[in-house]
Amino acid sequence: MTLLFQLLVNGLIVGALYGVVAMSFVLIYKASRIVNFAQGEFLLIGAWTCWWLLTSWQLPFWIGFPITLVFMLAFGVILQIVVLRPMIGEPIISVIMVTIGLSIVFQAAMKWMFGVFAKPFPPIFASPTMNLFGLEVQTVYVMSLLISILIMAGFGWFFKYSRTGLAMRATAFDQQVAQSLGISVRHMFAMSWAISAMVSAVAGVTVGVVNGVSSALSFFGIKVFPAVILGGLDSVIGAVVGGLIVGVLENMAHYLDSQWLNWGNMYEIAPFYVLIAILMIKPYGLFGTKDIERV
Amino acid sequence: MSGAPVAPHPGPAKTSPTTQAETIFEARGVNLRFGGVHALTDVSFGIRRGELFSIIGPNGAGKTSMVNCISGRYRPTDGKVYFKGRDVTGMTPNHRASLGIGRTFQNLALFGHMTVLDNIMVGRHHLLKNNFLTGSLYWLTGARKEELSHRREVEEIIDFLEIQHVRKATAGTLSYGLRKRVELARAMALKPDLILLDEPMAGMNLEEKEDMARYIVDLNEEFGMTVVMIEHDMGVVMDISHRVMVLEFGKKIAEGRPEEVLADPRVRRAYLGEDDEEEAPAAPAAVVPPRKEVA
Repeated sequence: MTLLFQLLVNGLIVGALYGVVAMSFVLIYKASRIVNFAQGEFLLIGAWTCWWLLTSWQLPFWIGFPITLVFMLAFGVILQIVVLRPMIGEPIISVIMVTIGLSIVFQAAMKWMFGVFAKPFPPIFASPTMNLFGLEVQTVYVMSLLISILIMAGFGWFFKYSRTGLAMRATAFDQQVAQSLGISVRHMFAMSWAISAMVSAVAGVTVGVVNGVSSALSFFGIKVFPAVILGGLDSVIGAVVGGLIVGVLENMAHYLDSQWLNWGNMYEIAPFYVLIAILMIKPYGLFGTKDIERV
Repeated sequence: MSGAPVAPHPGPAKTSPTTQAETIFEARGVNLRFGGVHALTDVSFGIRRGELFSIIGPNGAGKTSMVNCISGRYRPTDGKVYFKGRDVTGMTPNHRASLGIGRTFQNLALFGHMTVLDNIMVGRHHLLKNNFLTGSLYWLTGARKEELSHRREVEEIIDFLEIQHVRKATAGTLSYGLRKRVELARAMALKPDLILLDEPMAGMNLEEKEDMARYIVDLNEEFGMTVVMIEHDMGVVMDISHRVMVLEFGKKIAEGRPEEVLADPRVRRAYLGEDDEEEAPAAPAAVVPPRKEVA
């Protein structure tokens, strides 16, 4: 029973991280209709940058981490300007191909710069685990949960109340109209990539601290996919819910597998089964907007 | 239809008060071609500051194309457009909006899932000094104070257009007439010097039309905005416009005060399609069936 509960808590925490990455994925999709296959690489780059600052430069975490975030912000803007801006107006499928290309390039570049083996983060917290209501939980997971909630609340506030968020929603809804109201669509695109890269880096660092940094981190990008599609590609709330569902499902499947089935590797596969089932019932995801064609 | 008893504006104000006023917008030899289609051919005209200027013409005459050339959605194939003496031909729509050109759209283009208030606030976007980063330091950077002054002005617009009661409603749920008004409010929120209204009264009943006509006149006189209007209801156009330009097949065929334009035989032939059968039985009337205006 304790194991079940432990796995449930783990699932929620990991799920929250999935939710955060899924949100940054949705952000890009909402603003520009681009499905970003390089999302996982954003985690990877963020994690490696932070790792590099902490080990090579011996910076304390509370300095290295903000620098990482600023770097990722700039990285997102530059990526958008250099690679994606020239693609504006091209068919969306070409742009998606470009993101797949980016993911391969980044993946290889990271391997070339930092090697192929997982490298552990220097210890950040005094004690690696802490006792939470009688459960052993990694300290960094507690931190990540707090950060996840903070980011989610931030996103909520940003889109609901901030003027820039409003302008971004307007752009997502109709670019022509947004332009006629004095909103620069280019700025909005650049900003969506910047925020997305930055938020992904937070998730990347968190996972890196727990498991060590290696190119395996970019699989997070693939795992987030069912979460995003589950929630509906263009819904921020859907991304969070989808992330939580996938996180919990994984761990529940793991429990089922280790206790009774012993098929092995259910952890990886279960979310995709559920994804298929849900998409058969709700093809636009749980919260996605249905495209209604009016004639 | 043209005899609709719309008399929202008693008094002698029909003679333009701005005969000597500076030219706020000027088109010089504007050509617009889409492949082989000539949407506009060598159109030149000027709009004086403070004027209520209408563009009329049969369906497909190029009225909306002309407005799109003013707002920047289309770039003329040939020719130049000047706003406040500046060549704006190559400028993006959002740049022009921030220079002071606002517009509404022929087909409603509200952000359907946002509240009325949010819709209008999007129009304030280009007036916000705080960007995303300084805005996130809400209390320190004066973003709060800025926000409040914007809210005040937005409330003024809401009062003016009498949409207080739907302030918090979702725009997509409103009636057609109200949505048109909200769209006008959003364009006004830009504080434009020149406001482009593309068929502000299409599909309205008589009462709504009278209201809208009154708002447009007040917009022009009280708020001091120069108005460019496309409208099919001849009664309204002749009643409230200072000057009228008539397009047919992308060519300008007349320009002047309403009564002058109405008296012009070419306009009568092209637009109203009447009186002419006996005089020119085989000429343009055969190619172009007389058009009944659709309101």
